Amino acid sequence: MEITFEHVTHSYNADGPTASLGLDDVSLTIKDGLFTAIVGQTGSGKSTLVRHINALLKPTSGIVKIGSRVIDSETSNKNLKSLRKQVGMVFQFPESQLFEETVEKDIMFGPINFGATEDQAKESAQKMIQMVGLDESYLSKSPFDLSGGQMRRVAIAGVLASDPETIILDEPTAGLDPVGRQEIMDMFKGLQKNGKTIVLITHNMDDVANYADDVAVIHSGKLIANGLPKDIFNNNDLLKNDLLTLPKSAEFAKKLSQKGFSFSKLPITIDELGTEIKQQLNGD
Amino acid sequence: MGRYLPGDSLIYHLDPRGKFLLTFYFVGIVFFANNVASYALLLAFVLFAVYLSKINFGFFIKGLKPVFWLILFTVILQLLFTPSNNPIWHWGIFTLSKEGMVISAYIFMRFILIIFISTLLTLTTTPIEISDSIESILKPLKRINFPVTQVALMLSIALRFVPLLVDETTKIMDAQRARGVDFGEGGLIKRIKSFVPILIPLFVSSFSIAYDLAIAMESRGYKDGEGRSKYRVLSWARRDNLTIIFMIGLTIILLFLRSY
Repeated sequence: MEITFEHVTHSYNADGPTASLGLDDVSLTIKDGLFTAIVGQTGSGKSTLVRHINALLKPTSGIVKIGSRVIDSETSNKNLKSLRKQVGMVFQFPESQLFEETVEKDIMFGPINFGATEDQAKESAQKMIQMVGLDESYLSKSPFDLSGGQMRRVAIAGVLASDPETIILDEPTAGLDPVGRQEIMDMFKGLQKNGKTIVLITHNMDDVANYADDVAVIHSGKLIANGLPKDIFNNNDLLKNDLLTLPKSAEFAKKLSQKGFSFSKLPITIDELGTEIKQQLNGD
Repeated sequence: MGRYLPGDSLIYHLDPRGKFLLTFYFVGIVFFANNVASYALLLAFVLFAVYLSKINFGFFIKGLKPVFWLILFTVILQLLFTPSNNPIWHWGIFTLSKEGMVISAYIFMRFILIIFISTLLTLTTTPIEISDSIESILKPLKRINFPVTQVALMLSIALRFVPLLVDETTKIMDAQRARGVDFGEGGLIKRIKSFVPILIPLFVSSFSIAYDLAIAMESRGYKDGEGRSKYRVLSWARRDNLTIIFMIGLTIILLFLRSY
């Protein structure tokens, strides 16, 4: 499903004296089947942007197209279920959405709301708990007895259980340990390889370099850059103005270039960096 | 009543303690008015205060909205059920008379005066200023070992939690909406049921926020609130004295206009 923003502006409390602009004339295409990263400082409008994709927010002006659905300021709040089934959303600290008595019931909550039968939902719960790296014995536990990291995984399973075509992730790994973070990110990359569209909000530039096919940079409600990760991380204007930081590999390459190495384009992943160093050392 | 509206005018700069007490005082003297002249005087006073606040009159009209049905009900009740010796119209238990009309007009005026003046207080005074004034007003009760500082702290923490819980509720509602919950759809039972997925997470997070706050306060040395200094210092100025004198003047004229 391709997602298109056309001149989308969103203003919070539009009529009140405390109106503030969340998005300012954003036009952006999120391509079908790609892994798109959205980066930007805290409060820049990243979360506001993605909440338009499943119509939790509606544009004040402009339109958002999600597949064949068009959302504008006039769109009614009813009949949004089919859209929300297609677009799954993992919020920041999603563990705060858990409420059921057992993990299984909580994972089944989404599918049943979207019209699945009890059996289908159960089957889905069994599949999803394994996908997020927990075994089936967790299904009968109370979600409130789990550790923070396990709760996070259950919450993510609860979103994935409805089998959405597009998955929106708002800093899904914030606060997780490094191993857990990599497992979760690898799982999302795997989902993308199976045909899902992924949209990831993140502050971690290494995740952008390692997983994303496309990057959008948001700054005070405006889209200021959009392109391939390697192009974005070589955009000196963005880096100079502190609108973006470099992934570790690019940071390392930069230091190497002060010691005599030369890179036409900064390598952004460890593999790229390794290949470059090998070539340059052998070339000497 | 309304929510605080940032602004800058004489009413904003009055000491919140004075504003708080005088608002209650005014609500009290509204019940002394008993003829056209005295109601007109009080209305003129309220409109003058509204004018001084430099707040758009629309916000005061908005303050009437939540109690609109209550006002309508009370006025109609007075209009139709006031007993009278010379009714204009009479049917069954209903009586329409001149006296009834006058009484319902007075009741209506009372509502308007009380709501406007309390809206003026809430629009021009932040909740934290109100809680500070309550603390300051309750101070004499310390003598009888009433825990004034603790009560004031509870008040300000409760106020601080309001926006926090509103944010948390919005967040949880969004998360459950994204999982296919439709709030306000289906029958009554289904609607009530749809609040369970909000209330449980809200309870869980309120407890964890409260727990974190308690630890944060203790680690910064909070013990029982004794001897705490204030960041916001309330200061009583000449304009506050003048407001009180003005209020006394109003009361004297009111008692003068009142018919016995």
